[in-house]
Amino acid sequence: MQRIECLRSVYSQLEGCLVVTIMGAVAAELQSLGHRPNFFYLQHAMGLASSTGLGLALCLPEQKVVVLDGDGSLLMNLGSLSTLARYRPKNLLHVVFDNESLVSVGGFPTATAAGADLEAIARGAGVPFAVTVRSVQDFTVAVTGAIHGRELATIVAKVEATGPKTYATDLTLLENRFQFRRHITSLKRQ
Amino acid sequence: MPVSATNSKVIYDALKGCGIRLMSALPETWLVHLIRLADEDAEMILVRLAKEEEGVGISAGAHFAGVKSAMLMQNHGFLAAVNGIVSFGQLYKIPLLMLISYRGTFGERDAWQTQGGNVTEPLLRALSVPYLFLDAPQSVAKRVQQAQTLAESSLQPVALLLTRDLMWEE
Repeated sequence: MQRIECLRSVYSQLEGCLVVTIMGAVAAELQSLGHRPNFFYLQHAMGLASSTGLGLALCLPEQKVVVLDGDGSLLMNLGSLSTLARYRPKNLLHVVFDNESLVSVGGFPTATAAGADLEAIARGAGVPFAVTVRSVQDFTVAVTGAIHGRELATIVAKVEATGPKTYATDLTLLENRFQFRRHITSLKRQ
Repeated sequence: MPVSATNSKVIYDALKGCGIRLMSALPETWLVHLIRLADEDAEMILVRLAKEEEGVGISAGAHFAGVKSAMLMQNHGFLAAVNGIVSFGQLYKIPLLMLISYRGTFGERDAWQTQGGNVTEPLLRALSVPYLFLDAPQSVAKRVQQAQTLAESSLQPVALLLTRDLMWEE
């Protein structure tokens, strides 16, 4: 399963959500499908995408928040799963693309390559709905259900350790950050 | 436990007074009253953390959502949060109001706190994080307001160091 095919399959559904991605391949591939003002790409601070999603979800309970995480980033902040589960915001969907690798920095294997099970860890932390998917069809079904559901969910998508040809885009970090906040401000005025 | 409940209330009221509506926290002795006050306040979102660095992401999310926030941590928690402060707070120009209990300085009896006390201010200076001390109840409200104002106008992390003189009654 290719990550970009997963992203393509749910891209249209992300339009009404606030989306926070990690750095590297996830950010570049989502952007390659078309940037939107409701997408924020956290291009550093590995591990904090899920925490950012939690802050958004707690402050905007009527707004669906989708975090696009990765195995390497989540393993840097596993405690975040226990914090997510503690507050279990109903409007937060936590997707983890697990390619068992730090693909953006040379493909070194992560602990999930040696058997660490992020779905089990999420469930053990108390996340009420956790699932692992291995096909684009299953991914689409799981994400669609979670976007329309009213329950904190962690969806672990097992994907191949491949990335885009380039990670560089013409969207600067601060432009993205200010546009994202302005977009949320405009939502609150509606 | 001689943590000052009175001065904790002064700090809490100052935070409320400048519009703080979310606090992230990891407990430590000097912070117990502040965390309890946040927990008992229906107007405050309290997020109890596993590790202080999470608070950077949570405060960033709150900022994007238009909610003013504060982070409560011990100075060792500040040490644990440094990458997030630099590579999210400073890189993305996020206003972070960090209230840091300044353990391990003059008067400290707990040997395990003392090394962190030595490096707290040098590290804040190395990171170019502006900081002020909270050391007397009569200046707390003004300094909390000043710190929050600077964080919002400069879009960067700022720190208030909670000192023994303010937090400890002994």
